[in-house]
Amino acid sequence: MKPAEQVTVLKINGDEVSAHADQTILDVARENGIEIPTLCYLENLTEVGGCRLCLVEIKGAAKLQPACVTRVREGMEVATHSSRLDTYRRKILELIFTERNHICSVCVANGNCDLQDMAAALGMDHVTYPYLNPSVPVDLSHELFGIDQNRCILCTRCVRVCAEIEGAHTWDVRNSGINSRVFTDFNEPWGESQTCTNCGKCVNVCPTGALFKKGKAVGERTRQIDFLPYLKTMREELK
Amino acid sequence: MTREELDAAVVTEQERSQSFRHHVDVCIAAGCLSSQSEVVLNSLRTEIRERGLEKECALRGVGCMGLCKAGPLVALDGQAVMYQTVAPADAPEIIESLDTAPVERLVCPVNMPFFNRQTRIALENSGQIDPERIEEYIARGGYSALAEALAELTPAQVVERITASGLRGRGGAGYPTGLKWSTVVKAPGSQKYVICNADEGDPGAFMDRSVLESDPHRLLEGMAIAGYAVGAEQGYIYVRAEYPLAIKRLKTAIRQAVRADVLGTTIMGSRFNFQVDLRIGAGAFVCGEETALIASIEGGRGLPRLRPPYPAEYGLWGKPTLINNVETFASVPVILRKGSEWFAGIGTGKSKGTKVFALAGAVQNTGLVEVPMGITLREIVFDIGGGIPGGKRFKAVQTGGPSGGCIPEAYLDQPVDFETLAQLGSIMGSGGMIVMDETSCMVDVARYFMDFCRTESCGKCVPCRVGTVHMHNLLTKISEGQATLDDLAMLEELCDLVRHTSLCGLGQSAPNPVMSTLRYFRDEYLAHIQDKRCPAGVCHIAPEVTA
Amino acid sequence: MMNGESRNGPAKPRLATVWLDGCSGCHMSFLDLDDKLVDICLRADLVYSPLVDTKTFPDFVDVTLVEGAVSSQEDLEKIKHIRDHTKFLVALGDCAVTANVPSMRNPFGANAILRRAYIENVTLNPRVPDRVVPPLLNRSSPVHTVVKVDVFVPGCPPSAETIGYVVNELLDGRMPDLSGRTRFGA
Repeated sequence: MKPAEQVTVLKINGDEVSAHADQTILDVARENGIEIPTLCYLENLTEVGGCRLCLVEIKGAAKLQPACVTRVREGMEVATHSSRLDTYRRKILELIFTERNHICSVCVANGNCDLQDMAAALGMDHVTYPYLNPSVPVDLSHELFGIDQNRCILCTRCVRVCAEIEGAHTWDVRNSGINSRVFTDFNEPWGESQTCTNCGKCVNVCPTGALFKKGKAVGERTRQIDFLPYLKTMREELK
Repeated sequence: MTREELDAAVVTEQERSQSFRHHVDVCIAAGCLSSQSEVVLNSLRTEIRERGLEKECALRGVGCMGLCKAGPLVALDGQAVMYQTVAPADAPEIIESLDTAPVERLVCPVNMPFFNRQTRIALENSGQIDPERIEEYIARGGYSALAEALAELTPAQVVERITASGLRGRGGAGYPTGLKWSTVVKAPGSQKYVICNADEGDPGAFMDRSVLESDPHRLLEGMAIAGYAVGAEQGYIYVRAEYPLAIKRLKTAIRQAVRADVLGTTIMGSRFNFQVDLRIGAGAFVCGEETALIASIEGGRGLPRLRPPYPAEYGLWGKPTLINNVETFASVPVILRKGSEWFAGIGTGKSKGTKVFALAGAVQNTGLVEVPMGITLREIVFDIGGGIPGGKRFKAVQTGGPSGGCIPEAYLDQPVDFETLAQLGSIMGSGGMIVMDETSCMVDVARYFMDFCRTESCGKCVPCRVGTVHMHNLLTKISEGQATLDDLAMLEELCDLVRHTSLCGLGQSAPNPVMSTLRYFRDEYLAHIQDKRCPAGVCHIAPEVTA
Repeated sequence: MMNGESRNGPAKPRLATVWLDGCSGCHMSFLDLDDKLVDICLRADLVYSPLVDTKTFPDFVDVTLVEGAVSSQEDLEKIKHIRDHTKFLVALGDCAVTANVPSMRNPFGANAILRRAYIENVTLNPRVPDRVVPPLLNRSSPVHTVVKVDVFVPGCPPSAETIGYVVNELLDGRMPDLSGRTRFGA
């Protein structure tokens, strides 16, 4: 039998809410109908705290903390929105838009893209920083899927779903800093991967048009992530 | 080895040393090695052998003596006489003159401020012993602190002594060492680890390298004491692959220490077991960040993660882990040997003891110095460092490497301690100290450090991965005379963003060199932007083309 | 807030539209306002546009809608001139706001693009033009990176309704609030 779960009381945006001690701020906020923007976070996958959109202010903490990985504490006072946070979030989003080549109008994910939606949600109507316009490859060697690095935001959802849910660990990230790239196996073309099971989970969790099913035209990419909670439960029961 | 055997070993080694009439020490640490000190050592050896003086004259390679700019350095009879920039051809003359007056043209004055203004704790044996002989470390009191701790102190008492000494982490942030140790002690779990962070990566910094190359046993002793105090039986030294000599000497030292029973199982007849293994870093600067370092030891990509939980509670393999820097561990044996009060008596109110600095750049005496906390920057740069060469004007001193900042002349009389340096917009850092004269352009300096951060960013979080690239591009634009005031405003905005939203210390401190140069040398930025001119004459600004 | 001289009666606000490096889709969307265009024309004078005859940009314009990215030397000179003579400059559509499709050549640089278009893919007299065709800038840029922009209207193209809203709000003396009305690629 599980030990009785400890209940914690904290304040989010001035309102008292109760939570389990092992929950993250993001969990609790969403349970209480408070939206905190996220891009790298995906429920049922390990949190990484890399996109920094979910940063929140915690009273008494010198630094902003990512809501997706920060656990709640008794008496914690969290602010999920402020003009400072809104500004930072918009600017971080701008940085993401400058990093690769995001051309929404000709993207398979147009109209079905977390990045595009986030720009609208955060009121980011233009990008002030210069576009970096890197020259990055598109790999269409896989029979069923393609990867367009121009659209990748390095959220690593594909890496995590492949390792944690499918158990194949075909994807990982190579290089560092601005040269980071998701890649398959030992950097062979995706189509030559010996570990890829063709399951398509990476394609389904990709927040942008970086991973897509072949044969789809602009705006035709769809996503299906209902399998995640089910498969996660199965995995945990196996442990 | 029991305590009695340890004491006996001291006597044996001292007797051995006293059996020689003369001692000739040649520095074989990285600095002097790079100017061929090994060839000097060999020619001295040949000379001694040819004269049949092997029984009278002890020749050895020793660790860093500090004054790297004057290498290869040779010291006679316990540094009574010191020779600088010695060439292999000088060997006959040096041996010839052992019983007469020193060779005048080679003499390096030992009573100059560079030597006598230092207080050597972490470096106390550096340059005094052969780093590859455990006997010499033992002869100078080595492993006696460990022996005392094991025989007479409880782990809690060891932690108390470290706490009472006021020692703060020497890796950069200055977290109180005693507090860190007691957090690991309190953390639940029977399996705990001790890690030494020897991934020294700041450009221009070689403090830890020197300790590793000159006195490796000191680190092992410090780690063993820490292991005893926090209840760990396994230690790791994470050392960068770029330090092959340090790795070689550490391996030798570990082998010797196990043979001497000061590492391994049931150390010195106690019930304490402690083993130390090396882990070699592959050159990523971010692996100096403790959570990235742990990920790297675990075999993963060197990526930092959110703290808390801190490694003290959730570290290597999820177990409570103590991570300290080389210099911190190196200070531990002395604190136990000489007492917490003695250590706390050195330094200032909140910054106790000494700090090792790698003094580099536009200064007469480049090298390694250890000074009491609270000494002024002016004393370091002008007294110990001997001032600026070539009659040039001092401009700034950079501390803390790519996470630090540039401090101008107006603040030279400020004391060197953790709080003051932070107030000045810099940090203590791990101990890099680069002196710049009027020929340095501060925009170029900021651009250099941003280039470093941009290259070393691991790429995990957006602000650091992308923000540093934009900042570097803007700094390049400024240095090329192509920027506008809007670009400067954007640069300042990015400094604020990257500082407050990055995941780890690398990103959070990456803007520091820019912010500190903007704070003190804004006019130089404006000269590049508005007058299309580099006051220091460093940046190449193409003349404007008028259409 | 609008002023300007008119020969007959009270001065009407002066409206202009211009295209730089775009596909004219935003103008098509503008024309999709259909009968509502008449309302706009009753409220404002359309003093310059690809849709009217005037060949020179007037000295004073209240609202200019700019479609397209800044891709050539001519675009650059044009937009600077327009900015100098416009009160409210509207970046209309993704090309003006982000450089969009024209910017897809940016990773390669202008020379590679010109070589590809005028030499590699040409059999008869392959040469990069140095007359008549305006010189290509090395990169295609959003309008706001070269001149100040007052209102950003993302969309590829923004809907007729959105454009109508923006124009009418500006004519009414209000800054349009576009939240929820349009997005990149829409």
